[in-house]
Amino acid sequence: METIIFYILAAIIILFAVASVTSRKILRAVIYLLFVLIGIAGLYFLVDYNFLAAIQLTVYGGGIIVLFIFAVLLIHHVELELEKTALKKKLIAGALSAAGLAVTLWAISTYPFPVTDTYTSIEVADIGLLLLSYEDGGFILPFEVISVLLVAVMIGAIVIAKGSRLSEDRSRKTEVGSQKTEVKN
Amino acid sequence: MNFTQMIIPLNITKTISDWIYSIMPETAASYTIMVIIAVAYLALFAVAGLYLVLLERKVAAWFQLRIGPNRVGPWGLLQTMADALKLVSKELTSTIKIDKFLYNLAPYFVIVSALMAMAVFPFSEQFQAFDINIGVFFLIAISSIGVIGILLAGWSSNNKYALIGAMRSGLQTISYELSVGLSILTMVLLTGTLQLSEIIEAQRTGGWLILQGHVPSIIAFMIFMVAGTAETNRAPFDLVEAESELGAGFHTEYSGMKFAYFFLAEFINMFIISSIAVVLFFGGWLSPFGITENIAWFPQVFWFLIKVLGLIFLMMWFRWTFPRLRVDQLLTLEWKYLLPLNLMNIVLMAIVIWLNWTI
Repeated sequence: METIIFYILAAIIILFAVASVTSRKILRAVIYLLFVLIGIAGLYFLVDYNFLAAIQLTVYGGGIIVLFIFAVLLIHHVELELEKTALKKKLIAGALSAAGLAVTLWAISTYPFPVTDTYTSIEVADIGLLLLSYEDGGFILPFEVISVLLVAVMIGAIVIAKGSRLSEDRSRKTEVGSQKTEVKN
Repeated sequence: MNFTQMIIPLNITKTISDWIYSIMPETAASYTIMVIIAVAYLALFAVAGLYLVLLERKVAAWFQLRIGPNRVGPWGLLQTMADALKLVSKELTSTIKIDKFLYNLAPYFVIVSALMAMAVFPFSEQFQAFDINIGVFFLIAISSIGVIGILLAGWSSNNKYALIGAMRSGLQTISYELSVGLSILTMVLLTGTLQLSEIIEAQRTGGWLILQGHVPSIIAFMIFMVAGTAETNRAPFDLVEAESELGAGFHTEYSGMKFAYFFLAEFINMFIISSIAVVLFFGGWLSPFGITENIAWFPQVFWFLIKVLGLIFLMMWFRWTFPRLRVDQLLTLEWKYLLPLNLMNIVLMAIVIWLNWTI
C-alpha cells in the first residue's frame, strides 16, 4: 500500500517538475511547481513526518507560491507566452541539471541506508525543545542567527519600500534647488 | 501513514465495520471502510453547505424584517436543495480568451482545501476522521492553500473585475492569516499541544479555555473572530466580491456548478472558522458544566453543532450589521491594530501562565 502511494507521489512530482520547466505559460508553470511541492509534502506525510509536511505546505504552498502568483498577477497577462529560450542557454541549463542529477544519484547509490529499529514519531514539543536547547545537539545558535537575519531582512524591506518617500521629505526642504536642476536636465 | 487512526469507532459504525470485516478479506474491508468514511464526509460537507446557505437567507430575512424563502417544502427547507439541482443542470459557460486549464482547476483548489480541513475536527469523542498530532497547525497550512484557488480564478478569467477581486483577496488573506495564526498560538500556549483531541481533553477538568485564560483568552477570541471573518471573505470584509464595484469579483466569469463550488466553499470555510473557535475556546463537544457527561446515550455531536451554529450566527450578525470596509481601512485594522494587539496579547498570556494566574 505504502509502496503504491510512494510511486504515485513520485510520478506526480517528476511529471509536474518536467511540465513546470517546459510550460510556456508562466502561471501554469507556477501551478505545476505547486503540485511538485505538494507532492513532496505528501512524501513527508507518508514517512509520518507531519510537522515538516505542514511546514512545507505553509511556507512553500502558502507563502512562496502565493508570492509568485502575486508577481505574475501584477506583471503578466493571460494571453502572453514566454519567449523560446535560445539553444545555447538550453544546453547550459541541461548540462548543469545533468551534473546535479549525477551528484544526487552518486550520493544515493553510495549511501548504505541502514534500517533503524528504534524509530519514534517526532513530536512538535521535541522540535521546540531542541530549537531552544543550548546543550549538545541543541539548535539555539542557528535559531538565533536566523532570527537576527530575518529582522535584518524585514528592516531592509521597509527601508527599500519607504526609500522614495524619505527622500521626498528631504527634497521638499531644498525644493527650489532641485527644481532648478530639473530644468537644466 | 497510520490508517488505523482513520476508522471511526462510533457504536453504529463499529457494527458496520464488524459486518464489513466479516464478509470481506481484511485489506478489501479496510479500503471499503475508507471509501465509506470519505463518502460520509462528502455528504456532511454538501448538507452543511446547503443548509448554511438556507440559514444565511433566513437570518438575513429576519434582520431585514422579511420572511425569507418559504415556498419550497415546509418553511422553505428544501429551497437550497432545489437551487443546487438547478445549478447542476445549468450549462457551464465560459469566455473564449481564458486560460482553460487554470480556469477549470481553480474551483477545485478552493473546495478540496475546505474539505481537507473538515477531516481533522473532533465532532465528538469518537467521531474524528484524522487525529493528526499537529492538528491546529495542519488547519493553518490547509487554509493558506485555499487562497491560491481564488487568485487563479481571478487571473485566468481574463477579466479586470475578476483580477482586482483576486488581488484584493490575496492581500486580505495574507494579512489576516497572521492574526488568525497568532491568536491560535496564544491559545496553544495555554494547552501546550497542537492536537485537537488533546486540546479538548485539557478543557474537561479546568473549564473551557476562554475561562481558563480569562482576559488574554477573551482578547484572542475577539481577534480570532474578526480575522476569521476577514479570511473567509465575508462582509464586512467582502471587498473581494464587492458587488457594487466589481460585479461578482473573482468568480464573475463562473457559472453553474463551478460557481456553486466557490459559493459552497465560502460557507464551509465559515463552518471551519467557527469549528476552530469552538475547539479552542468553547470546549468542543464538551457539555457546559458537564451536565450531560454522565448520560451515556446523549450525542456529544449535539453540543459541538450547537456551539458552531452559535458562532456562525455571530458571523452572520456581523454581515448584516456592519457596512463594508475600504481597502485602506482593512489594512489599517490589521497592521496597526490587530497585529500589535495580538503580539502584546501573546506576552500577556505567557505572563499569566508563568505566574499561574489561570483559573
